[in-house]
Amino acid sequence: MIQFLLNQELRSEHALDPNLTVLNYLREHVGKPGTKEGCASGDCGACTVVVGELHSDEQGERIRYRSLNACLTFVSSLHGKQLISVEDLKHQGQLHSVQQAMVECHGSQCGFCTPGFVMSLFALQKNSDAPDRDKAHEALAGNLCRCTGYRPILAAAEQACCNKPQDQFDSREAQTIARLKAIAPTHTAELNSGDKRCLVPLTVADLADLYDAYPQARLLAGGTDLALEVTQFHRTLPVMIYVGNIDEMKRIETFDDRLEIGAAAALSDCYTALRHEYPDFGELLQRFASLQIRNQGTLGGNIGNASPIGDSPPLLIALGAQIVLCKGNVRRTLALEDYFIDYRVTARQDSEFIEKIIVPKGHSGFRAYKVSKRLDDDISAVCAAFNLKIDDGVISDARVAFGGMAATPKRAQHCETVLIGAPWNAATVEHACAALAEDFTPLSDFRASKEYRLLSAQNLLRKYFIELQTPHIETRVTAYV
Amino acid sequence: MSNHHAVAKTQAELAELFSQDLTSGVGRSVKHDSAAKHVSGEAQYIDDRLEFPNQLHLYARLSDRAHAKILNIDTAPCYAFDGVRIVITHEDVPGLKDIGPLLPGDPLLAIDTVQFVGQVVLAVAARDLETARKAALAAVIEYEDLEPVLDVVEAYRNQHFVLDSHTHQRGDSATALAAAKHRIQGTLHIGGQEHFYLETQISSVMPTEDGGMIVYCSTQNPTEVQKLVAEVLDVSMNKIVVDMRRMGGGFGGKETQAASPACLCAVVARLTGQPTKMRLPRVEDMLMTGKRHPFYIEYDVGFDDSGRLHGIQLELAGNCGCSPDLSNSIVDRAMFHADNAYYLGDATVNGHRCKTNTASNTAYRGFGGPQGMVAIEEVMDAIARHLALDPLAVRKANYYGKTERNVTHYYQTVEHNLLEEMTAELEASSQYAERREAIRRYNAHSPILKKGLALTPVKFGISFTASFLNQAGALIHIYTDGSIHLNHGGTEMGQGLNTKVAQVVAEVFQVDIDRVQITATNTDKVPNTSPTAASSGADLNGKAAQNAAETIKQRLVEFAARHYAVSEADVAFHNGHVRVREQILSFESLIQQAYFAQVSLSSTGFYKTPKIFYDRSQARGRPFYYFAFGAACCEVIVDTLTGEYKMLRTDILHDVGASLNPAIDTGQVEGGFIQGMGWLTMEELVWNDKGKLMTNGPASYKIPAVADMPLDLRVKLVENRKNPEDTVFHSKAVGEPPFMLGIASWCAIKDAVASLGDYRHQPNIDAPATPERVLWGCEQMRKLGAAKAVEAETEMASL
Repeated sequence: MIQFLLNQELRSEHALDPNLTVLNYLREHVGKPGTKEGCASGDCGACTVVVGELHSDEQGERIRYRSLNACLTFVSSLHGKQLISVEDLKHQGQLHSVQQAMVECHGSQCGFCTPGFVMSLFALQKNSDAPDRDKAHEALAGNLCRCTGYRPILAAAEQACCNKPQDQFDSREAQTIARLKAIAPTHTAELNSGDKRCLVPLTVADLADLYDAYPQARLLAGGTDLALEVTQFHRTLPVMIYVGNIDEMKRIETFDDRLEIGAAAALSDCYTALRHEYPDFGELLQRFASLQIRNQGTLGGNIGNASPIGDSPPLLIALGAQIVLCKGNVRRTLALEDYFIDYRVTARQDSEFIEKIIVPKGHSGFRAYKVSKRLDDDISAVCAAFNLKIDDGVISDARVAFGGMAATPKRAQHCETVLIGAPWNAATVEHACAALAEDFTPLSDFRASKEYRLLSAQNLLRKYFIELQTPHIETRVTAYV
Repeated sequence: MSNHHAVAKTQAELAELFSQDLTSGVGRSVKHDSAAKHVSGEAQYIDDRLEFPNQLHLYARLSDRAHAKILNIDTAPCYAFDGVRIVITHEDVPGLKDIGPLLPGDPLLAIDTVQFVGQVVLAVAARDLETARKAALAAVIEYEDLEPVLDVVEAYRNQHFVLDSHTHQRGDSATALAAAKHRIQGTLHIGGQEHFYLETQISSVMPTEDGGMIVYCSTQNPTEVQKLVAEVLDVSMNKIVVDMRRMGGGFGGKETQAASPACLCAVVARLTGQPTKMRLPRVEDMLMTGKRHPFYIEYDVGFDDSGRLHGIQLELAGNCGCSPDLSNSIVDRAMFHADNAYYLGDATVNGHRCKTNTASNTAYRGFGGPQGMVAIEEVMDAIARHLALDPLAVRKANYYGKTERNVTHYYQTVEHNLLEEMTAELEASSQYAERREAIRRYNAHSPILKKGLALTPVKFGISFTASFLNQAGALIHIYTDGSIHLNHGGTEMGQGLNTKVAQVVAEVFQVDIDRVQITATNTDKVPNTSPTAASSGADLNGKAAQNAAETIKQRLVEFAARHYAVSEADVAFHNGHVRVREQILSFESLIQQAYFAQVSLSSTGFYKTPKIFYDRSQARGRPFYYFAFGAACCEVIVDTLTGEYKMLRTDILHDVGASLNPAIDTGQVEGGFIQGMGWLTMEELVWNDKGKLMTNGPASYKIPAVADMPLDLRVKLVENRKNPEDTVFHSKAVGEPPFMLGIASWCAIKDAVASLGDYRHQPNIDAPATPERVLWGCEQMRKLGAAKAVEAETEMASL
């Protein structure tokens, strides 16, 4: 059984199919068709809902509201949380202030994307102190509108963040906190229907035991990739283990020389810590999918699914990150680049899972670049990360990694060999660029041709050189976003 | 309560109210009628309707071959799935098997051959979508592959056409080209565009008595759906009712291609007697339905030292996909707009309708016009680079004149031409000249990032070029409480049509718009309607509704004059009230009195566009009632190492005549611009070598997102310029024209890239200008113009 609040109503679900998405649950099971399906792949935001979770910090106990894509969220991940959909905002016959702002700013035309925008704006309002164009962009980057061109929606965002009258969620907060506490999970939960099940453990030890017992299980973290197997490829996932309720695996700890990031930490939670240490990592995370996806998707998941076009692995590899793998009560630490063996093949053993990621601090020569057709929420044609150490004009160490250039995220060994020990100058860079052609024979696909991938990979190295040597020269259009 | 007493007491107040202006009539920024429902989630789309008991869900099995003979279809495996009700192939269609809108070529279900990857071969109806899908995928279809044609150039060279080519000709272009001082040739590929309406195609059909059907369909063309459903069922049109409250976006994609799900559902509903729904999942929608026509262009142009055209020959080869659909009119409109704002001189414009084994391309905002305009804008840029002139100077040198050089290549005189004054205004307000200089300075000092600037005009012809379509109907009832029921033949797809038409009715009766109930477009209320397309929605339906309202109002005036024994001139409607000589009464009081006096309070309305005529056999006439004008100035910054770019600023000045609703019109202008920009920048359709569309979902096909908006967007509607023609309250159509403002973004990117070659060479950047194409353009410039660029930069730097 899983339990959650459907706005204010306690739902105890015993027999839902664990492959059921929150979108279909809302539309088909509880008769709330306000939330729309635009793509069922997490790319349009029409299905955006908000989930409230108990959160304790220095300000005390509160509810943290986050937007996410209902089409990619399995119902089991609602366990212990509050689900808010567009129908819940209008209160006592009055539109909510974000809804009113959308009306007043002429923010809807055909209206089909509108509920999703409203929910993104609602989450933005809940997480904002004042209007902030960058935050509004961030909040809305995962919502597509084909009609308006977005200007009036940004105006609505500004209005909604200027004018934040107390709403029903504020006035009921204490009550909601109490109700969430009352349903706070205390032991491993299970949702099953027929022969399909999803297990929801609370500790790493329980996860290890369960995974040992069900080696065929699929680990469900954010589900932003896994759910596509159900919604796009129409497969059935008979056994899942949801790791999103394991607090230990969501922790982000900072030490003098490293960050330790729990594998189940949401990408949006990783953002602050990583941006602080590596601004380029922050910039990349801002362009990584959408806020809805980053609120769900995890750093561990981005590594674990071993996609050749995942954006975080090249950066982590260039930084020399390590991962801690856990199986039963055995742990081992692995350099991240050694995790990826071939296309979607990893060094992970049966019943072994990524527990955390260790990111070294202090690499001042680190830079990262993402090249895609669309600036936001697009998969990279090429993702590049460079991390050179230069002593007295000579390159003493080089870690260069790319995504989108091979079957796995991969270091450019020939390129690194040319660089290490060479003087840091344009001639060396040209030699290193030439060596990239030995490192990679990229493919052509609908995102880019192999020729473009190779040339832009080389040009990114040239750009890296320019940025380090002549920082006054402008090199990034993203600075204008 | 005595009415008389109440009236007597409030006569002064009534007079005060009467004297005030109506706040929700024509020209006011009234909110979209559904805005409050959109934001609350209460606005119902077809998939949100309560489902009928015993509802069936339909899933289509699509061809995975671009061109093949069907040897055998085995549907037996489908029935192994519990919950499957019926499987249909073409053999099960009771009536006509082809749903081509004007000409055959679009079989509802494939007959003997398949023509594209995504064509419907069979459909399965089951109790739920997932079962229908599994069952459909279990059918066994045997094919024998045939050679497909996938390349538009190959089709053009081999004259592999869906329809005959057509020519617009004025003068002798060959002689003019030979005599011109300068002459250049070039080619250009222009990509297609997926509509990406957020709501995918959907229909829900309910069988009724007498073999009839109620069809809920997300369509821009209810009458055509009605006709096609009747034809596939082999019943008369009066058995079929199509109801359409709102679409979650259309953009042309639901003009013809909404019919397929409706007809498939109707066939199943007929065969089973059960209500049937078909909603296309996104990928299936993108595979099954046609898109904007990609075009291949060849040009040969002669001009003088000022860049002014003397002669031009244009070949416009539209990729129509596998069938005619609306391609004849679409390629015609590309030809009609191959001049955009320019007097072409001696011109030959040839339009070709190429056949390829891809989904049949269809209407999309601008309807071929944008492709014709992109072609001539490419020519303008190429001339400017050739002569080392500012592209804007070349454009202005070629603008249509007001009294001479004002006849198009299809012999329509360009009247009421606003091009010159609007360009001057935008040039000033956007500080074009100053920014041009600032950009030159920036580029001289910025080796990696380069800025570009472009100002491009829009002149777009308004009217269906198939002249008979320029008609519309409306139906208005006033009930005894004074509330008004409005219905018309147009469809609401987000453009605010219903709001505008309601404003027209509110204006005529001088009542608040809240009194006007907007209702679903319905073929049994207003019959024989034209599609809501060609930007015509408000022009046609607004006029028809105005006509209906005026009819009733005239009856009311006559009644009041008779009843109160005054002259008709003594009866005036204003702000919810009626003044009869000295006395003022509320609108609803007059309605009640009229009802008791047995005055009809219901009327139809009708409108047809005047003045237009066109003889296609001579390629001469006046196909357009008037032209809408616009201009956009875009500034972009380009990364010459990766080809990535960001729009920095866009200034737009657009002509909507006397706006019916400035907020809605501004929304159309902004949204149209961004959609046009998307078409020409990031939206790339890619097919593999087997003819399968690889960019078949939003993960791979990227429409503009919020960060793609220009950092600084300044949109202004032209003020104090009523449409001189007698359109509805002298407004102008606004649906399509602003789409082509997006061309400025593409030209600005090319301008930035051209800076690498000191603006002396035209970079070959086909549309869409993806970062990849932009980088290849940069490489081309670096090779061509490296030496000169270095020289110029040094020179500039020393200044």
